[in-house]
Amino acid sequence: MSHLTQTAVRPARGSAPARGRRHRAARTRSGQWAAWAFLAPVVLYLLMFYAYPLYRNVELSLRKYTVRSFVQGDAPFAWFDNYAKVFGDATFGPALGHTVVFTLVSLVFQFGIGLALALFFVKHFRLSATLRALFLVPWLLPLIVSASTWSWMLNSDSGVVNAALSWFGVGPINWLTSPDWSLWSVIIANIWIGVPFNLVVLYSGLQAIPAAVYEAAALDGAGAWQRFWKVTFPLLRPVSAITILLGLVYTLKVFDIIWIMTKGGPSGSSTTFATWSYRLGFGNLVPSFGPGAAVGNLLIVMALVFGLIYIRVQRRQALA
Amino acid sequence: MRHWKTAVGLVLTGVMLFPVYWMINVSFTRDTDMRKSPPNWFPIDGTLEGYRAVLDQQLPYLGVSLVVGLGTVALTLLLATPAAYSLAKLRPRGGGVLSFVLLMAQMIPGIIMAMGFYAIFLSAGVLNTVPGLIVADSTLAVPFAVLILTTFMSGIPEELLQAARTDGAGVVRTFISIVLPVSRNSLITVSLFAFLWAWSDFIFASTLDQGGDHQPITLGIYHYIGNNNQEWNAIMATAVIASIPATILLVVAQRYVAAGVTAGAVKD
Repeated sequence: MSHLTQTAVRPARGSAPARGRRHRAARTRSGQWAAWAFLAPVVLYLLMFYAYPLYRNVELSLRKYTVRSFVQGDAPFAWFDNYAKVFGDATFGPALGHTVVFTLVSLVFQFGIGLALALFFVKHFRLSATLRALFLVPWLLPLIVSASTWSWMLNSDSGVVNAALSWFGVGPINWLTSPDWSLWSVIIANIWIGVPFNLVVLYSGLQAIPAAVYEAAALDGAGAWQRFWKVTFPLLRPVSAITILLGLVYTLKVFDIIWIMTKGGPSGSSTTFATWSYRLGFGNLVPSFGPGAAVGNLLIVMALVFGLIYIRVQRRQALA
Repeated sequence: MRHWKTAVGLVLTGVMLFPVYWMINVSFTRDTDMRKSPPNWFPIDGTLEGYRAVLDQQLPYLGVSLVVGLGTVALTLLLATPAAYSLAKLRPRGGGVLSFVLLMAQMIPGIIMAMGFYAIFLSAGVLNTVPGLIVADSTLAVPFAVLILTTFMSGIPEELLQAARTDGAGVVRTFISIVLPVSRNSLITVSLFAFLWAWSDFIFASTLDQGGDHQPITLGIYHYIGNNNQEWNAIMATAVIASIPATILLVVAQRYVAAGVTAGAVKD
């Protein structure tokens, strides 16, 4: 989840069902036993360490927990009280707004910068491969490293960003300590972290466009600008859709950067669903696991909706 | 013309990597120069104080991160390799559904997993333990590992496995003496990513190991910042050291990194 917390994980294409159908005749009973014996550890693992935590999370959100009942496990069933509490909370509106702004602004800039860089790198030049590899660095660094570096760079008094801005007579800006700027600060850091992913994926998308198409367009007298809008852009659409959808899923769950840089503050001005959920569950002396889990489950619904759209789009492209 | 592009490329890379440079620069800056305005742009009259502080205070954290990373790699490979072999070559009924589940599993936000794990680990008594953290961190890598390895193993020629079968090798034998050696590169890729993710993990560490005696380096840095520490050279020196695995990954396995990023997002 690195990145892209690391997040960040990419699925593979091996479309097992299609292959399976073709070879159905070859399936034997003993072959199936062997196949599932090899799968058994992972299936067991998924049940124990994915399904069960998720189930516990749903249970947390439906019960009324106190610290004592959390340990003893006898919290009373509360139906949707926690959800009602969350929806009625004064934090709900701002957190939703911040989540939407954080996600959309991050995506627009990550994609825009990534695409511009991909177009720049697609024609090879001296050192282009090395420089392109160096662009991966922000994506590979542990998020705590990036977040703390940005924190210090954006420091109001001693940060290098304000020092640079003062040359232009701007500032100083209280990046992390002013409610007007905190959300933008974490967005800037998040854009920086997300650009490499967009660059790499869009770059391979660009490489897949055959040179002959460009030659034909050039013969027809299309200029560079026209070639981009009439050739590159339409042909890159499938890859762009995938990039943006994956980016959506990853950006919705960004937690580390915001928490490390601002803890969602000051006074909630950079709180998103992810940091709100964390603060409810772990950030206070008296944890409120029920509402925390409820917020988490709202987040998961959002992520899975976009996740399903992503898989649909990808399947359709694989078939095309 | 081409040199002109190289020049622009160098400038762009410089801008992009400026924060990394700044981290290194600050890690060498003396305490007395830390709040200077304007700041020192180069580490002239630098100091190694920051790195000395890392050696004094952060070594145990680095050790724990190393153990957690290696443990996560071992667990991930142990679970993912046989599963990928089965999905790629043994055609299990329901394999498609499993692939779908793995795909969706990657999209679950970490904070949700952390809360579920917290509840489970508390009752199981493995809160604040290294094995508990390894199990939690492995969830970052296992679905990715299965899917990536499946893609790689699907590319192993059927004739190779057929030949082994003709020689009387069973499924297990074929797996161990043919599939595993042939998949070496992809196993390395998966291991590198699993290590990097476990090494970088903050959310599981801060929820499941916040009271532990053995804490990873991400928490080491976090405590450093949280204590209102003004020794930013020490903080940034720790950050530099914590970035070493990522650097190694990039140098050693650059093309696999790019392959890992794009797998799935782009059609071949």
